[in-house]
Amino acid sequence: MIKLNINGQAREVDVDPATPILWVVRENLDMTGTKFGCGIAQCGACTVHLDGKPVRSCSTPVSAAEGKAITTIEGIAGEDGTLHRVQQAWIEAQVPQCGYCQSGQIMAATALLQKNPAPTDAQIDAAMAGHVCRCGMYNRIRQAIRAAAGQPAGTETVA
Amino acid sequence: MSGTATDSPAKKGKWTRRAFIGAGVVAGGALVVGVAVRQGNPIDRLSPLLLTSGEDEQLLNAWVKVDADNIVTAVIPHVEMGQGVYTALAQMLADEMDADWNKVRIIEAPADKQYVSDSIGRDFLLPDLEVPALFEPTVAGGILELAQAMGLQFTGGSYSVRATGQRAMRTAGAAAREMLVAAAASEWQVPASEITTADSMILHAGSGKSEPFSKFALAAAEQGLPARPRLKSPENYRIMGQPKARHDIPEKVDGSAIFGIDARVPGMKYAAVRAAPVVGATVESMDATTARTMPGVLQILNMGDFVAVVADGYWQAQQALNSIDTKYSKTEADSLDQDAIFARYARYLDEAGEDGGDMETEEGDAAKGFAEAAIKVEAEYKVPFLAHATMEPMNCTAWVRDGKCDVWSGHQAPVNARQAAADAAGLSFEDVTYHNAYLGGGFGRRSESDNIVMATRIAKATGYPVKMIWSREEDMAQDHYRPSATSRFRGGLDKDGKAVSWSNIHTHLFDPKDAPTVPYYNIASYRIRKVDVPMQLRLGPWRSVDHSQHGFFIESFVDEMAHAAGKDGYAFRRELLAGSARHLKVLDTAAKMSGWGSALPERHGRGIAFVPSFGSIVAQIAEVDMSGPKPKVKKVYVAADPGFVINPDGFTAQMESAIAYGLTAALYGEITLGDGKVRQSNFHDYPMLRINEMPAVEVALINGDHERLGGGGEPGLPPIAPAVTNAIFAATGTRIRELPLSRHNFA
Repeated sequence: MIKLNINGQAREVDVDPATPILWVVRENLDMTGTKFGCGIAQCGACTVHLDGKPVRSCSTPVSAAEGKAITTIEGIAGEDGTLHRVQQAWIEAQVPQCGYCQSGQIMAATALLQKNPAPTDAQIDAAMAGHVCRCGMYNRIRQAIRAAAGQPAGTETVA
Repeated sequence: MSGTATDSPAKKGKWTRRAFIGAGVVAGGALVVGVAVRQGNPIDRLSPLLLTSGEDEQLLNAWVKVDADNIVTAVIPHVEMGQGVYTALAQMLADEMDADWNKVRIIEAPADKQYVSDSIGRDFLLPDLEVPALFEPTVAGGILELAQAMGLQFTGGSYSVRATGQRAMRTAGAAAREMLVAAAASEWQVPASEITTADSMILHAGSGKSEPFSKFALAAAEQGLPARPRLKSPENYRIMGQPKARHDIPEKVDGSAIFGIDARVPGMKYAAVRAAPVVGATVESMDATTARTMPGVLQILNMGDFVAVVADGYWQAQQALNSIDTKYSKTEADSLDQDAIFARYARYLDEAGEDGGDMETEEGDAAKGFAEAAIKVEAEYKVPFLAHATMEPMNCTAWVRDGKCDVWSGHQAPVNARQAAADAAGLSFEDVTYHNAYLGGGFGRRSESDNIVMATRIAKATGYPVKMIWSREEDMAQDHYRPSATSRFRGGLDKDGKAVSWSNIHTHLFDPKDAPTVPYYNIASYRIRKVDVPMQLRLGPWRSVDHSQHGFFIESFVDEMAHAAGKDGYAFRRELLAGSARHLKVLDTAAKMSGWGSALPERHGRGIAFVPSFGSIVAQIAEVDMSGPKPKVKKVYVAADPGFVINPDGFTAQMESAIAYGLTAALYGEITLGDGKVRQSNFHDYPMLRINEMPAVEVALINGDHERLGGGGEPGLPPIAPAVTNAIFAATGTRIRELPLSRHNFA
């Protein structure tokens, strides 16, 4: 049995310790918000936080999560259900199209803002360049991150 | 578009309508009224599928129901893959109905043949036929039957808004409104003409009476059924034309949106699959010695054309599959190598010579025009095969038991998926329940049913529910690829640099045929031919279908002609479009936005491209910085006229998206073959555009013809590649005749 702390809850799972966090979260813990995209850490769709830092859950064994806090897209809203300001900004900017990559994008954006509350466009690009959005909503992603950071659009030249 | 044999007036008379608007009573006594989508009355059958919350709901027609809380639910016969179709179609219905937008809910129609999109069928089969009202009595029914025969409950071709929305959703909303008004008039004993509707309320100014729609939903069923509901004219639109927030977005930011891959069925197991890497090959032998010993493995199946491992978890299944050594039979396609493909195209084109191939369009004497031209231009262009690479890898969950089958996936044509599952399970259509979910990208890939068939076959073999997930590598290797092509042009200009002759011959593997034609350009003579080339590769529609190739070919060649004429690309296109005010307005708008003609820094260039497709007219101007080792597309200006824009923010998002998808292909997209196998496997060798490469996009929308709407999902794509390559020419003098740009060295 592996003991996990996920979204503030203690859970135990009986899986091979080499199993990637992605599949444990999706199949053993029934949280399907975290997505499978490439399996080799090339697209970012599977991004979750380990102790607040973004990791590619498709390529991180669940054993690496022992003793750490896992946060998934299901765990970033407030306890009363109030959306995270990044999620709110995502709705405001009408970011998602198909929506499949968005859990990973939002997890990366929340981690970025935690580390750097006022990122420049270049810093946003650097933090988000590992994430593929096949619908190409990159400009809206940048706009939403800036809005969540309290920087209205147009205050900085697009890099 | 060209005419077809089916649009002759003589044939119309054979088609008759029985009833397009029907009423019925469902079990439990709830009264139901419906605008039927086919001949006869489908309401009895559809009602149980839609009346989910009990007897308080009234089904007003096949596309709308009203419940006791005065909530109007729009039933959308198309699938949501990010294009915003749920919201746009609901806007069309709600506006005609005068519904309160804040009280509108949206559900996807069940995968039932009743919802087959008749308007798609008509546009495919009768492209030139003008049918002023949806329920044109003598035509629509017959077409619907044809459409049903074609198995169309299909989302693609940028058809949803321009066909289903314009012809079906609006009519359904208007019909529902008229029936509610008639019921109120009868109850209140006032003329219907004195009754108004607004925000899901029915009002009578004279008496001061006002009641919610729900009050009359039941009585509406007893009213006469409007044969031709009256649609609003644009000055009365209240919801159409507004940038309404998309209904599907909130659940796409909190992880709760359910995609096909998220299906959950009690007792479900997981399958990983590997299909024969060459088309037509079968599994000759496999060594699964190690796999059998691996944890969680339940079954290892040799399905002939693929191998499947079923396990307790997907990762276990995939690990076990990776350990299986498989040998495949030899096929003709084993010898297919990348270099041989374009050599084959060249051979077929050479063999077609001056008179071979199939004539697509001929006007005037293009050969004579070319022979006599003062300036002659010739060029050959090539584009590669492309994968769709939807973010959600292909998957499907199936459960076959007791003569029944349930299937879960995200598919662009749910009725097709249901039929495919029935065939694979050896059951009837009626014995299959198909559950559609959100599509994690479609782009044409999810119009194919190969994943449905595979999962159903696995589930039939196991007897328990199985979720099959393709690895990204499998998704890349087993796609239905955008056809590659070679296209050759000859153009003639007179001494004043006016285009007088246009000849084109291009290879053709799969796609439909209207993209190579350029009827909007005024050139005295045309000759456009295609040469069919056999190809042992799975091919399929890819966002914007054949316009993705021909948009690049045509707009590159127009630019080459402009250069040969000593004219600038914008001015030259203006001459070609002379006389068409609507086309010119789009072109001029884009040029004006971009500051066309103004100075740019060293090694920067602007390129223009103009492509009408899917009923919409789009011009794009790309600004490219060539000062670095590879092209940097800085900004794209877009002017688009889709007739009338239902949701401006949604349409703008589609333009941004099409530019990203098309630019990814222009910069990097290339599927190559070796020994008949696809060489690319994942995003490291089939790269995607990233956030740091995304150009700024500025979009101007033009409402040029509110009667005939164009599509939104695809028309933004065809102009981007040539706009970029024309900009590269402007910046560097290098003419790009082969994509992707990653093949070229700009250092």
